[in-house]
Amino acid sequence: MQSLGSIRRDFSPWNDPAAKPYIVFDQVTKKFGDFTAVNNLSLSIYEREFFALLGASGCGKSTLLRMLAGFEEPTSGRILLDGQDLRGIPPYRRPVNMMFQSYALFPHMTVEANIAFGLKQEGMESSKIADRVAEMLRLVKLEQFAKRKPHQLSGGQRQRVALARSVAKRPKVLLLDEPLGALDKKLREETQFELMDLQQKLGLTFVVVTHDQEEAMTMADRIAILDKGEVMQVATPAEIYEAPGSRFVANFVGNVNMFEGMVTARDASGVSINSESGIAIRTENAGDAQSGAKVAYAVRPEKIKVSSRPPMDTANNAAEGEIYDIAYLGDMTVYYVRLANGLVVKAASLNSARLTDDPLTWNDRAWISFKPDSGVVLTR
Amino acid sequence: MSNAALSQAGLPAGTDAGPGTKLLRAVAGRVVIAVPYLWLLLFFLIPFVIVFKISLSQTAIAMPPYVPVFDLSEGIFGLFASLRELSFENYLWLTEDALYFNAYLSSVMIAGASTFLTLLVGYPIAYGMARAPATLRPILLMLVILPFWTSFLIRVYAWIGILKPEGLLNQFLLAIGVIDQPLIIMNTHTAIFIGIVYSYLPFMVLPLYSALEKMDYSLIEAAQDLGCPPTSAFWKITFPLSLPGVVAGCLLVFIPAVGEFVIPDLLGGSQTLMIGKTLWNEFFANRDWPVSSAVAVILLLLLVVPIVLFQNAQARAQEQGR
Repeated sequence: MQSLGSIRRDFSPWNDPAAKPYIVFDQVTKKFGDFTAVNNLSLSIYEREFFALLGASGCGKSTLLRMLAGFEEPTSGRILLDGQDLRGIPPYRRPVNMMFQSYALFPHMTVEANIAFGLKQEGMESSKIADRVAEMLRLVKLEQFAKRKPHQLSGGQRQRVALARSVAKRPKVLLLDEPLGALDKKLREETQFELMDLQQKLGLTFVVVTHDQEEAMTMADRIAILDKGEVMQVATPAEIYEAPGSRFVANFVGNVNMFEGMVTARDASGVSINSESGIAIRTENAGDAQSGAKVAYAVRPEKIKVSSRPPMDTANNAAEGEIYDIAYLGDMTVYYVRLANGLVVKAASLNSARLTDDPLTWNDRAWISFKPDSGVVLTR
Repeated sequence: MSNAALSQAGLPAGTDAGPGTKLLRAVAGRVVIAVPYLWLLLFFLIPFVIVFKISLSQTAIAMPPYVPVFDLSEGIFGLFASLRELSFENYLWLTEDALYFNAYLSSVMIAGASTFLTLLVGYPIAYGMARAPATLRPILLMLVILPFWTSFLIRVYAWIGILKPEGLLNQFLLAIGVIDQPLIIMNTHTAIFIGIVYSYLPFMVLPLYSALEKMDYSLIEAAQDLGCPPTSAFWKITFPLSLPGVVAGCLLVFIPAVGEFVIPDLLGGSQTLMIGKTLWNEFFANRDWPVSSAVAVILLLLLVVPIVLFQNAQARAQEQGR
């Protein structure tokens, strides 16, 4: 299988054994009383990387970010930034800045004063501060709002002020806690690209915490999937989606059909799986599954073909069922096909033509089929 | 155009059942608003008018001890006749005797100083309460209000027992050997400050607490994140944001403290000059109702200034409230 790279061409320091990681979590554990928020976690983030921590609420992603910012100290383990151990360094002396989920704009200060706040703390000359503030306002397109107070701004504008304030000091690392969480969907999509643009322009390392997988997939070079304080997988968005490392990751990101079964044979060209659904699966993407292993074969809905006619090869990777439900989404239609053993398979087909010559409707008999390289074998 | 007009005319008029209910609703609204106004009229404006009228009268050895007194039996002409007898003499008298001016001045200064001291004591208490675990806050709030369960007078009397030369404080300090002569606190300004700070502390703590408690702690984290050490973050973020609470607390302490009578009388001794005491003396010792009424009217005018300031600050805070 070919490697699935970053969305940014020529940027993959994690594949370069000579590259030195910029931020290192080294066996970090964080406990709050009896609750273990982060459990013996190790993670490396590279310079100029746009890194996303993705997970459900309570998975420890925000705690990781707060430990990096200095608001929490790890119970055990080390956090290194550019080779320096961060333990004991208070937040106001760390070369990182954070964009807060609530934005945390100072309500008694104007937009200008908010952005200048960090620079004043640094003791920068006032003329230089004015220049930097003007530059930041230009960057986030808020020039005409400089004199406003935060409560006179819209949600989107506040988000930009928070962003401008957090990058004004040119931190080594920018931490973003659910940066787009409070915006509506349209604005969120626009802002995603602006954030990526900004990161490129400023050449900063971004670490973003999000529970929104689409957001993480769009923006990040690499994503760490977290669950219960542990890293489940760290990989590029394409790898996470196309080659998930476990059932958890496959289920967590996007939609998936999971065919549980047992490997019956393994040879040079792949494996054969006898699935509980009754489908005989033959696939090239065997992974490390050995003969006799209990595995799941994960196939994304858009890689399953639905048709009223049987496919060429009905012996492997195909089954007949009944259309159980149809979700028409405009750009695509998702068919829910119930197989003989009751398993419901999701199959998405792109509506590339306005009218299809093979209309399927409720309770029709239909065939599902997929190619040998459509899915991945998951042993975990 | 006619189409639009027609369709508009065809629409039912709002959701109201008819003009009758609308009228009823309007009247009910007025009645609801009228209640507090009526209250103020009965218990504030009318008594004030009576006091003001007395302040324009002359003292007399009579019951009540002033003339003229309205006699309803003489009808409207009697009213006019007695109105003609009113004069501003009592107010002139207030300017002639330096006692009153000094009493006003010293009241304002004592009240101002003790308000500042109350702020110094109350702010850390309110801050600590606002940062306490959420489960503990109701208990702390309860503790602040708890002294109100005992009579104010008794609590001030209790301070005499603590502060007098042979009182608890001196006994304690003598016993541990910090001092060898009892401190003279009773009948000094210090005793008044202690009394006012103690008595009015809840009025300072409560508005401060409510201002500090609703403050988003992530603002402090944001300030620290931007390079601001904790002490500096307090002065740049926490304190400015708690200013509405500071203003409210200071005025809630200052306004009643200016006219305070019990504390200077019990703790301040005879040489303390405060307007509340002067008022009491005029009223009960001298039985000069007209002059004491004039003193009260001037005191009220004096307090109107901070009250207006307070209301302005409140209005501004509400406007800023996001």
